[in-house]
Amino acid sequence: MIKRGKKFLFASMLMTLTIALCGCAGDKEAKDSNETKASNERNVSMGTADSHITIGILQDLDSLVPSLSQGAGTQEILFNIYEGLVKPDSDGSLIPAVASDYKMSEDGLTYTFTLRDGIKFHNGNPVTAADVKYSIDACAGLNGGEPIISAFSNVASVDIADGHTVAIKLKESSASFLAILATVEAAIVPADASDLQTNPIGTGPYKFVSRSLQENVVLERFDGYWGEAARIKNVTLKIIADADSIVMNLEGGAVDMVARVSTAQAAELSDSFEVAEGTMNLVQAVYLNNAAKPFDNELVRQALCYAVDRQEILDFVSDGKGALVGSSMFPAFGKYYVDELKDVYAKDIEKAKKLLAQAGYADGFSFTMKAPSNYQQHIDTAQVVAEQLKQIGVTANIELIEWETWLSDVYQERDFDATVIGVDASTLTAGAMLGRFVSDAHDNFTNYSNADYDDAYANALAAEAASDDDKATQYYKECEAILAKTAANVYIQDMCKLVAIRKGYAGYTFYPLYIQDFAKLYIEE
Amino acid sequence: MKYALKKLAAMIITILCISFLVYLAFDIIPGDAALASLGTDANPERLASLRKEMGLNRPFVERYFDWLASFLQGDFGTSYKYKMPVADMIASKLPVTVIMAFISFAIMALASLPVGIYAAKHSGGRADRVITVINQIMMSVPHFFMGIIITYVFGLVLKLFTPGGFVSYDADFAGFLSYIIFPCIAIAIPKTAMSVKLIRSSCIVEAGKDYVRTAYSKGNNTNNVLYRHVLKNAMIPVITFWGMALADMLVGSIVIEQVFNIPGIGRILLTSISYRDYPVVEAVIVLISVVIVAVNFGVDIIYGIIDPRIGA
Repeated sequence: MIKRGKKFLFASMLMTLTIALCGCAGDKEAKDSNETKASNERNVSMGTADSHITIGILQDLDSLVPSLSQGAGTQEILFNIYEGLVKPDSDGSLIPAVASDYKMSEDGLTYTFTLRDGIKFHNGNPVTAADVKYSIDACAGLNGGEPIISAFSNVASVDIADGHTVAIKLKESSASFLAILATVEAAIVPADASDLQTNPIGTGPYKFVSRSLQENVVLERFDGYWGEAARIKNVTLKIIADADSIVMNLEGGAVDMVARVSTAQAAELSDSFEVAEGTMNLVQAVYLNNAAKPFDNELVRQALCYAVDRQEILDFVSDGKGALVGSSMFPAFGKYYVDELKDVYAKDIEKAKKLLAQAGYADGFSFTMKAPSNYQQHIDTAQVVAEQLKQIGVTANIELIEWETWLSDVYQERDFDATVIGVDASTLTAGAMLGRFVSDAHDNFTNYSNADYDDAYANALAAEAASDDDKATQYYKECEAILAKTAANVYIQDMCKLVAIRKGYAGYTFYPLYIQDFAKLYIEE
Repeated sequence: MKYALKKLAAMIITILCISFLVYLAFDIIPGDAALASLGTDANPERLASLRKEMGLNRPFVERYFDWLASFLQGDFGTSYKYKMPVADMIASKLPVTVIMAFISFAIMALASLPVGIYAAKHSGGRADRVITVINQIMMSVPHFFMGIIITYVFGLVLKLFTPGGFVSYDADFAGFLSYIIFPCIAIAIPKTAMSVKLIRSSCIVEAGKDYVRTAYSKGNNTNNVLYRHVLKNAMIPVITFWGMALADMLVGSIVIEQVFNIPGIGRILLTSISYRDYPVVEAVIVLISVVIVAVNFGVDIIYGIIDPRIGA
């Protein structure tokens, strides 16, 4: 009996176990099908009310207050939240934003802006002339304090004509004033906003939802936007602190898009991603300290230009992608850009050696080339350049420095021989690229000094002030030519910008400025 | 008591020295918060006015003592970069790091104890040799590399988690746990290996001592001797190691945070250093020092519980 009992017990235990296992399997199936259902639903809902995209960015935003924002990586995001009276379009032209219309007085000193009818802030309040005055006054330091943007020191006063009209008076006429108004710093914010840092309020196509430091920033479509509404409702910006993990983040599904991937990373991506190619809109060069020996000698600088094979650099560093440049101006500038200048120096080792001998450096020399350690593209370029210079007996010792050290030692103290870096434009004005080479410019970190250049630049400014755009353009082109002929720096390229985006998403739009426009992104049906 | 007070005083002096050295280091390295904040937009006037606004134009010693005074009153200051209170910044990221450390610690302790004891019990046997070899390998793999392997295997191949898909604890706690378990494993593995090795060798050393023979002679069997006598004594060096490991896990997860894209205290520290955000760096470093010192203190107390002779 006992034995039978045991057997029975065993059999029933086995049964229970089997049932339990079946139960588990059943649960799992049910769960799986739920998951499939959920993901199907997600696919269906894409493009409609709950559309969503996660975009990887490489650094956290510094400030959410437009006038205090500093980094280009911050301002390119704030572009989606805030707008100025005018804003840049993807072709580089300025389009009306908070103002629907503006008039410039005959003397070019007064700009009168008419506010857009019915335009609202994200909090639902209408934008008033008082908000505009408050925002511009803050930039110009008219509320007390220093001008936040130095270009705004030109503003004499901001006057409210009526509830919809604001007149901005300038001290001197300036052709670039509208371009400066279009920068993120000059965005229109509510005069009564208590804390934009934690609760940013603008008029842009996206409104701020939340942020977690070093983790993410969450945006949502602003349904009261005056213009064409954004197509994707929810945008999450995810901070990817380690640039080496971009591919993993994309492939693993943590992010759907990253606007700056290297050519190596683009090559690693599977075919579930599209890679769009544009340019970075900057001038990468070996910037030379024109006041330091031996680079104070024009012949030496020219010798370097002849010794460097720029196409080879592109081939090595970015699979040949990028646009060669020959002066401090990049192609997206359109009318100011002079394409021929890129051919001023063709690789010619013999000529380079001859020039060096002429300058008294027949046996070559050595110098230190500083490169910021966080920009791999500049480091790669520096390495190729150093290799190429060996052919003329010049030794370039590459020194990698932290970005903050670069800012302090190279940019501020100008304590360097040469540095590989990209210089970009904060506004689409020629002055943003060329102003820094005027002998006494505060940001003339290369210590470039050339009387002809200073004259040409002054003439360009004078022509601009007289609203003679053709003449100004002519003078700016002359400036570029002088920089190229005197070999101010070893100009290399406008680097390629590769945007990785998951298939199914589309609409990434390149701007000639540092901007990521999320409103134009959409999900393909 | 006197001993404890002496120790406490030494701790405070240590932390003060550290905070001073951090300030000094920031004064020596190139660049400051004003420059970092203005970047290439900097011109001499704006730099000067921003330095004045941030109080960077004052002498270094004066700045340090000002900071110290408000720090001691509980005011950690405001971040230069984020323009928000440092205390809030740390408070929002501390749970991430602390939870990660404790999970890693739990994995280490729970995994290494049975394995270590088993290896000691069967020392010289085949299982022990296999364990020793695996241990040696695990110990020599740096945890960031372990992180990369885990990301590849569990994230990309088995798809058990989304690499880089960190979810914050306050948004979705379950999602948070199911993500951080993998970095925790990466942190725990090398430490577990070391802990197993230590438990094993410590048990073997203890087992060779005279009192063990006595215990056997009293008629105890192997298990009794091991669990009642040997283990208690063998654990003393292990606890020292565990204390160090816990401190290391609390403050040393910076690299793993980078590998797994986790915004914890380590991330805050790294970005603040490059931004020359002194108030944040100071607060984090002081916090780290306090943790290390406190863990050491805790270990001392646990010694006393295990071995009453030490307390006396």
